[in-house]
Amino acid sequence: MIKSTADIAKIRKAKHEDLMIRLDKDAKGTPEGGRMHLMVCAGTGCTSSKSLKIIEDLEARVQKAGLADEVKIVKTGCFGLCAQGPIVMVYPDQTMYTLVTPEDVDEIFESHVVGGVPVARLIAGADDAKAIEEKTDGTDFFGKQMRVALRNCGAIDPECIDEYLARDGYLALEKCITEMEPEDVIDLMKASQLRGRGGAGFPTGVKWGFAASQQQEEKYVCCNADEGDPGAFMDRSVLEGDPHSIIEAMAIAGYAIGASQGYIYVRAEYPIAVQRLSMAIEQAYKYGLLGSDILGKGFKFDLELRLGAGAFVCGEETALMTSVEGKRGEPRPRPPFPAVKGLFGQPTILNNVETYANVPVIILKAAEWFNSIGTEKAKGTKVFAVGGKIRNTGLVEIPMGTTLREIVYEIGGGIPKGKHFKAAQTGGPSGGCIPASEMDTPIDYDNLIALGSMMGSGGLIVMDEDTCMVDLAKFFLEFTVDESCGKCPPCRIGTKRMLEIVTRITEGKGTLEDLDKLEILAKNIKNAALCGLGQTAPNPVLSTMKYFRDEYIAHVVDKKCPAGVCKSMVRFVIFDDTCKRCGICKKNCPTGAITGDREHPFVIDQDKCIKCGVCMEKCPFKSILKNA
Amino acid sequence: MCDNCTNIIGTQEQFDALNAVIAKHKGTRGALIPVLHEAQEVYGYLPMEVQREIAEQLEIPLAEVYGVVSFYAQFSINPKGKYRVNVCMGTACYVKGSNDILDEFKQALGIDVGDCTEDGLFSLDACRCIGACGLAPVVTVNDEVFGKLEAEDVEGIVEKFKALEAEA
Ligand SMILES: Cc1cc2nc3c(=O)[nH]c(=O)nc-3n(C[C@H](O)[C@H](O)[C@H](O)COP(=O)(O)O)c2cc1C
Ligand code: SF4
Ligand code: SF4
Ligand code: SF4
Ligand code: FES
Ligand code: FES
Repeated sequence: MIKSTADIAKIRKAKHEDLMIRLDKDAKGTPEGGRMHLMVCAGTGCTSSKSLKIIEDLEARVQKAGLADEVKIVKTGCFGLCAQGPIVMVYPDQTMYTLVTPEDVDEIFESHVVGGVPVARLIAGADDAKAIEEKTDGTDFFGKQMRVALRNCGAIDPECIDEYLARDGYLALEKCITEMEPEDVIDLMKASQLRGRGGAGFPTGVKWGFAASQQQEEKYVCCNADEGDPGAFMDRSVLEGDPHSIIEAMAIAGYAIGASQGYIYVRAEYPIAVQRLSMAIEQAYKYGLLGSDILGKGFKFDLELRLGAGAFVCGEETALMTSVEGKRGEPRPRPPFPAVKGLFGQPTILNNVETYANVPVIILKAAEWFNSIGTEKAKGTKVFAVGGKIRNTGLVEIPMGTTLREIVYEIGGGIPKGKHFKAAQTGGPSGGCIPASEMDTPIDYDNLIALGSMMGSGGLIVMDEDTCMVDLAKFFLEFTVDESCGKCPPCRIGTKRMLEIVTRITEGKGTLEDLDKLEILAKNIKNAALCGLGQTAPNPVLSTMKYFRDEYIAHVVDKKCPAGVCKSMVRFVIFDDTCKRCGICKKNCPTGAITGDREHPFVIDQDKCIKCGVCMEKCPFKSILKNA
Repeated sequence: MCDNCTNIIGTQEQFDALNAVIAKHKGTRGALIPVLHEAQEVYGYLPMEVQREIAEQLEIPLAEVYGVVSFYAQFSINPKGKYRVNVCMGTACYVKGSNDILDEFKQALGIDVGDCTEDGLFSLDACRCIGACGLAPVVTVNDEVFGKLEAEDVEGIVEKFKALEAEA
């Protein structure tokens, strides 16, 4: 059962040949691997849009035609283009199909698989004939990207350990335990200058070094797969698309710090990730890549999964460890730091999923290679989950130092519906926004902090003029009030007070004094809260006040919501000059707020109006205006 | 097991499953949360008797078990509907109007967030990001995901499950 390094090498080599057609357009394929691979995304996004049915139907067609040996249907992980899903990638042609439906299966099969002619209308970005020609080799979306952490997402079958092996998988672990001393591994990590991707950006090698220098027998390696930032799904994508990379990296970390047990703390809201991880762990044990004598070299490392249960604060490191211990996930003061006293009171390191995903590559390609990417103080790449009001929503992995402008306009394709960019929010409930005036700032940890935001885990939500910044601040405050564990008063009570004030402002009842109060409260909470949740909770308010103070003023002084979001301040008004008195609005109003007929002008009774906006939507002559 | 545990909680099948779950995890460190997860899968929620049983068998004070159950949003002490509607309130979905979707569900089902319809068919909750942000705004009904929704789509979704029920 336990495979030696020689056995593993053999599998790796054979499988590598089988997968050549995915790398080289002219590769001919192998008897085992077949001549054509149809990679169908089976990530959370695409399965939600019925990709499993596509897989099933494609398989049935291939079986029926007796082509099962030649043509392989491969389930793969998230390509990052979920909004365009389901995605089907065909090799060796490198044709990417988007928005595929089960009804398209017959055409793909007959035209492309059998006839060798790609289905033009399904090709990514195929708006017109010219675009088809230009874009068969991938869209702009992928052009500026650099896939390091996401290297295997969409490129392999995550449920097949052999495919991971074929992409040099577990080679870094082998290298560490056969050729390197634990200190060498730590030195290499330090030299790479990799910084944590979970939010704070702490140097990974330094963290490992602290834990390694502790003398205890028992130590732990943990992975933070709690991905709490709402609207971010980078970690989900890695867990679903490349689970073995995390297992390998955690084993490497175990070797480096002298730990023989690891835990992956993963959100229960990610069922596919949980399933793939469990499967991958089982396979790794079978191959002797986890367990008591890894690759026959005497190194022991065991790995277990622990499921979160829907508490954002459990993403905080001390809370996470308390939760793994089976308790209420409340943070505790640091020091002692987990590297000294962590899980079960023993030295523990905790790293983020994306941080780990970088580790095997760094070991294999050396620190200098990693160093050459990024900025002075932030090396390597960062994955962002780009969402909100942007044309190409999805995951993008870019070198550190890329500007927001490049992300939004070159990769993201700009803002849809002819609207304008207003701001981007990064760092989730702990972060802030970047206004249009700062779009050319190179993105890295320090620059974002200087702007009053933070990198966070990589959520990047784009907003247009329809987003009200006060409402946005309220949204995040509601989130933190909800998720505050309640242990310390500044956070428990302070954020609640802040929310009350902001709510008052959105209801048109705020005063200028409230703005000062918010600032004072924010400062006190930041200084006095026990954990990162409370310390950063005021950021969304502070940053929107900094860049969009005029919007706060409009709410407070003019009692107007410029974006037309805050309902109590919105007014719908019928513009009599263009009104054709057709009566459609009146018929559709749920509260009977509209009066008028052929002879009498149509008007809205503001007391009865519940501001549902239906009338405006239904008026065929655009005679109803918001906030007029 | 305790001496007077002759009381079966739920059906015999459920009770056997609960005991199996506890037996599987008993003895491992930090067993409580995995046990609660799996027990909730068996019963659909975590009624007091189930918590008491878990407390006794794992030899943890009931107060601690309850403390954990009440701390984590995923554990519910109230029964849920047969069709559990969850509207994602993550940032990506919020910016794309999930608030309107939630309002629409409230109207269509005639219940508030956290409640269950009287016939026990539907429950409505606001949930945290499920990682399908590319499809925002997103709603799940049990395991089925509905993405890129508009407020107008809500009625159709409710009807779909009502029809399913009528068939059964
Ligand atoms: C309230 C709160 C929530 C957090 N949530 C996460 C999370 O979801 N994922 C994550 O990797 N780190 C999260 N962190 C950061 C972790 O505490 C920790 O710094 C990180 O996991 C360390 O890994 P890294 O050094 O690889 O980034 C959170 C921190 C706080 C204060
Ligand atoms: S800052 Fe908030 S979340 Fe953190 S320990 Fe205090 S109350 Fe809990
Ligand atoms: S916004 Fe809604 S309630 Fe108000 S007038 Fe129009 S349809 Fe009626
Ligand atoms: S629907 Fe438009 S045009 Fe018709 S009555 Fe109403 S406001 Fe006038
Ligand atoms: S889930 Fe398929 S591309 Fe993201
Ligand atoms: S924000 Fe709704 S799925 Fe992520």
